[in-house]
Amino acid sequence: MDLDMMEVENICASLYVRALKLLPPDIKAGLNDLLQDETSATGKTILGVMVENIAVAERTNNILCQDTGIPIYNIIIGHNVGFDGAELKSAIRRGCARATRENSLRSSVVHPITRKNEQTSCGVRVPIIHVDFDEREETVSIEMIPKGSGSENGSFLKMLLPSDGVAAAKRFVVDRVIELGGRVCPPTIVGVGLGGTSDLCMHLAKIASTRPLRSVCPDEEGAKIEVELSAAINELGIGPQGLGGRSTSFAVHVEIAATHITQNPVAVNIQCHSARRARAAITPGGIAFS
Amino acid sequence: MAHHILDMPIDADAARKLKIGDTVTLRKTLYGIRDATLIHMLDRGRRTRLDLRGHAVIHTAPNVHRVEISDVAPVGYAPFCIGTTTSMRMERFTRDLMMREGVRLIVGKGGMGPATLQAFSDLGGAYLAIVGGAAALETTWIDQIEDIDLDDLHPESLWRFRINNFGPLLVGMDSHGGSLFADVQRDVASRRDGVLERIGVCK
Repeated sequence: MDLDMMEVENICASLYVRALKLLPPDIKAGLNDLLQDETSATGKTILGVMVENIAVAERTNNILCQDTGIPIYNIIIGHNVGFDGAELKSAIRRGCARATRENSLRSSVVHPITRKNEQTSCGVRVPIIHVDFDEREETVSIEMIPKGSGSENGSFLKMLLPSDGVAAAKRFVVDRVIELGGRVCPPTIVGVGLGGTSDLCMHLAKIASTRPLRSVCPDEEGAKIEVELSAAINELGIGPQGLGGRSTSFAVHVEIAATHITQNPVAVNIQCHSARRARAAITPGGIAFS
Repeated sequence: MAHHILDMPIDADAARKLKIGDTVTLRKTLYGIRDATLIHMLDRGRRTRLDLRGHAVIHTAPNVHRVEISDVAPVGYAPFCIGTTTSMRMERFTRDLMMREGVRLIVGKGGMGPATLQAFSDLGGAYLAIVGGAAALETTWIDQIEDIDLDDLHPESLWRFRINNFGPLLVGMDSHGGSLFADVQRDVASRRDGVLERIGVCK
């Protein structure tokens, strides 16, 4: 299969809009689960407004949240796919800019020094593009994440010492969630990276925070920490929007990587309750959105 | 816990009547403001021709459509999706915004800190908490973009919205030293050690 770059551009444009308008089913179900368990009256009211907002967005064909985010495209390419890498990157960029222009999306992207906004959702190294490869035959999957910034500002890295152990990493996560309170638009997904280098550890935290609910860390030890921290965070009482209650987070997700004998890195990246993402798979049979 | 319907603008006495836990519905006028607007106005001394005295500002940068100028779009912008951003980044601007521009109420998400609480107490103001991320719903409370200034900062311009019944909003911080956010933070701090202990982590 050869990748048609016009098709990639179209898919990247429509994925941005789909992600902004349609909340994934696992997040919708997660909100309803939290609503069942919430004991605070304020917390229940707030969760109810979030559920109502999803219905209003669908009814009025509007985007869910005004924050169009930093656009991230995760591309996974299987066996026997022909493509020109530079063309692929430029098709993604064109799709992102076109979606912004054609749908009057707020461009939330500025130059970091001049703060100039090109009004295209694009800039230096943005959209963020990750390309990876897997074992599937003639399949390219594209995931678009408009990463909201109220939660992205809840990002931390700490190069702990080996002697601090995993306990220090757990304490770090709990303390950062406390420090953030309502600023990151709870209920959240708390993404935790353990191991790797400093840059990989932050990236792991982002993979974790943008993973679907009910997905499990592929590493057995990491999965145990997910269960433990998920329960612990919701005992803190921060609650929806930081106004008290049980529903501080949908879940804590952990991703791990091997690290150096001298290192014990931990990273935190938060995803807000509007945990938006959209995916498409390209195969010789056509395009499937999910 | 009272419900207040406020036709904006209001005076300091009206702002001081608001108590944490009360709810508020705003009517008539609301201004949109955020990081770049505040940096340019208060750090760099830019002035606006818009009159914010007695008004409420919401921390926002909206999605808008550019349209022909008409009765319903007097400055050529129509609302598309208008929501609320995290307030805490704007903490250091509250006092100057109130003193220089006369702002009374701040609508935002996530709460603000001690400097804002002190400014409310000294000058008469309140923080009205909205549900962050519920922008599609919030947009239905806005009728029109009536005016705009500092639009070179687009989308972080200074926006003047005509609103219908904007709310209900929760009074999260008042002019009597009350903050629901600080109350929750104290409660959370008291639970921290127990939570850590239960997962086998010493404090």
